[in-house]
Amino acid sequence: MSDVSAPVVAARPRLQVAKLRDLALLPAIVVLLVVGFIASPIFLTGGNLLNVVQQQSELGLVVLGEALVLIVGKMDLSLESTLGFAPALAMVLVLPTSEHGLGLGLPQWTALPVCLLAGVLIGAINAFLVLRLQLSGFIITLGMLITIRGVQQGLTVGQSLASPNMPSLYYLGSAVWFGVNASIWIFLLLFVIAIVFMGYFRHGRSLYAIGGNEAAAKAAGIRSTRVTAIVLILASVLAALAGAMMVGHYGSVTASQGSGWIFNAFAAAVLGGVSLNGGKGTLFGAMCGVLMLGLVQNILTLAHVNVYWIGAINGAIIIGALVLARLTSGKAQD
Amino acid sequence: MNAVEASNITKRFGQTVALNDVRITVADGETHALVGRNGAGKSTLVSMLTGLNRPDSGQITFRGEPAPSLSDRQAWRTKVACVYQKSTIIPTLTVAENLFINRQSLDGGPVISWSRLRRTAGDLLSEYGVDVDPNADAAALTVEQRQLVEIARALSFGAKFIILDEPTAQLDGPAIERLFERMRSLRAAGVTFLFISHHLQEIFEICQTVTVFRDARHILTSPVADLSKDQLVESMTGEAVGLGAGPSRPTPAPESILDIQGLSLDKHFSGIDLSVRKGEVVGIAGSGSSGKVELGEVIVGLRKADTGTVAVSGKALKPGSVPAALAGGVGFVPEDRHKEGFVPGMSIAENATFPITRRLGRFGAVSGRRRAEVAEQMIGDLAIKTSGPEQDVADLSGGNQQKVVMARALSGDPALLVLMDPTAGVDVKSKENLLDAVDRAAAAGAAVLVISDELDDLRPCDRVLVMFHGSVAGEFPAGWTDNELVSVIEGIGESSGE
Repeated sequence: MSDVSAPVVAARPRLQVAKLRDLALLPAIVVLLVVGFIASPIFLTGGNLLNVVQQQSELGLVVLGEALVLIVGKMDLSLESTLGFAPALAMVLVLPTSEHGLGLGLPQWTALPVCLLAGVLIGAINAFLVLRLQLSGFIITLGMLITIRGVQQGLTVGQSLASPNMPSLYYLGSAVWFGVNASIWIFLLLFVIAIVFMGYFRHGRSLYAIGGNEAAAKAAGIRSTRVTAIVLILASVLAALAGAMMVGHYGSVTASQGSGWIFNAFAAAVLGGVSLNGGKGTLFGAMCGVLMLGLVQNILTLAHVNVYWIGAINGAIIIGALVLARLTSGKAQD
Repeated sequence: MNAVEASNITKRFGQTVALNDVRITVADGETHALVGRNGAGKSTLVSMLTGLNRPDSGQITFRGEPAPSLSDRQAWRTKVACVYQKSTIIPTLTVAENLFINRQSLDGGPVISWSRLRRTAGDLLSEYGVDVDPNADAAALTVEQRQLVEIARALSFGAKFIILDEPTAQLDGPAIERLFERMRSLRAAGVTFLFISHHLQEIFEICQTVTVFRDARHILTSPVADLSKDQLVESMTGEAVGLGAGPSRPTPAPESILDIQGLSLDKHFSGIDLSVRKGEVVGIAGSGSSGKVELGEVIVGLRKADTGTVAVSGKALKPGSVPAALAGGVGFVPEDRHKEGFVPGMSIAENATFPITRRLGRFGAVSGRRRAEVAEQMIGDLAIKTSGPEQDVADLSGGNQQKVVMARALSGDPALLVLMDPTAGVDVKSKENLLDAVDRAAAAGAAVLVISDELDDLRPCDRVLVMFHGSVAGEFPAGWTDNELVSVIEGIGESSGE
């Protein structure tokens, strides 16, 4: 007889590595603050740091959307094209032909709603392709990325669009609330809401359940297809909103707005501990990832690094940071 | 009162009849076994009884009440729960959250209180005597702990009827014993079980009633006490079979094929010496922590030993290299067929001939015709049930997949055959086919190492070594009794050093 009364050995958590992982970027951010301080006296001023957050607010919303999509176990590359397409569509529908518009004569107040609706539409198409037709999210949203960018170029004939008389679209990116740019408030507010929702609400937790083990989530009564569709739509709307903020921020929509952003969006999410395999990572981590990328950019600029080399150095730093994150977490990256 | 009663159940999937007018009645408070070979319809019945699928005809009642509608998951969960072979635990979440998945807020309020969730989870786990930290990541759980957490979760919904789908397939001896102890105490507390297993010994140990399905039909339901093991096997296969016949091969030749000296690996095993002669079948038994599987993996090159040598036919093998082992004349069946055994999406022919592709054509090209010929031969030898050599391995039943893995191991006419848990999760008839193949390979002159704690696998061996905590604790020539072998496996026999 074996001793059946022996208790099953408990799995004691190893110092809650997973929880620490979410805070892992805080020391890196502190290091960057020190490096920045050494590099330039302007760096550690309130104005400059707020500037960094504002610069990152648009990318931040894309990362928020992408992180939600990754947690639920999917991928959406098309967000970077939505960023340019949604506000561009709103503008061509409103502007007269003399300003590269379609001359449909929609009232100017419709610009922001149209921009956000474009996000809903693209998200719904993605959800249909990925969930109903069961296509691979990676390749199909890559296809959407190229298609949407192409539609934008077709509609605008490759032109940048700008209009001084469109406050509805320009407001969010240029307004100042309580002495701080509205885009900073929006960025922080949306992240706080999302962090609370994902941490303390059953529906938020269901994203983790679906990404971790979809069959088990279904067995627990979670409507996984519906939740995933909502997440895909929400991510596109966030990208469209970020696009509107960019218009106000920079004054125009260029034909290449958002081009190449998806790498930064993924990098920020992964640096922040979000798993590409789904079910893992926090939005707080993703937010830290966004801010870290912004600090790196800002320091490179303030340190007067040759502009032609900034891309290479920025990329190399991100790769180095990913390697570091992999080594400190000790596990193969997923 | 009956916990569940299903009558005249019929289910078709396209052309296939998965269940043909079957019935099952599980009385309140009993532990009822459901047995049958792979493809007998057990899994289909489970999906009906748990509300994942609707029968084409027939009816199901729980304690006299008709089954709820399929969409009402909540109602189903208060009636029946199932611990599936596939985990329904979400590895990225904590144990506590898994216990209350999709009802984390406990009182139905909108906001989750994590401290309360943890406390309630801790209470639930201790109520059922499951010593697992509710804060631990579910990914860190062992199979045994996972099953206990799933059982505790099922009970917390108020279900008093639990289906266990092959719960012992991935557990070692002591863990199975602990599971049975727990099932007995839950049964005493009024919980009803439907227990599915391929291990007939377990049915006799834990169940009161047994129902046998064969080819989608109900064959018999009977008190376990009224059946002999042979009768049970006979009703499952429809023919009299003689599992457990002793070795009937020519005596092994004197020359040794496998020579192991002073083999050690970290904390798994140390100082292992072993030689296996041409035509000899040697079994290695031991519990999950004995190091037996790791020993096998070192021999075939899946792991690298810290010290010691492995030689096959007099030539030392390069440590930690599978290609070197294959080139040296080793064929093997890995422990986990899904991980290392076969490539889903590829055909039987391709899977079975991987090690010998270079013999199937010139200059690296593979002749499809010759491959098909070789595969046809293997399908015949191992009685693989398939539509042909081009069928996708992923579409085969578990037993037939394992035969493909065995065919791959045999494809190179190996001098040494290493089999790790060769009949895990395989029905009685397939088991017989697999063990016959081992017999034939040995008779043809291969040295065979069978690494398993399945007594049926070990019975045909010329001798059996028992490993305990990383060293050889005993050796038995053919003709051992179950009791003496098992007692050494469990570390309570006389020959054990502890």
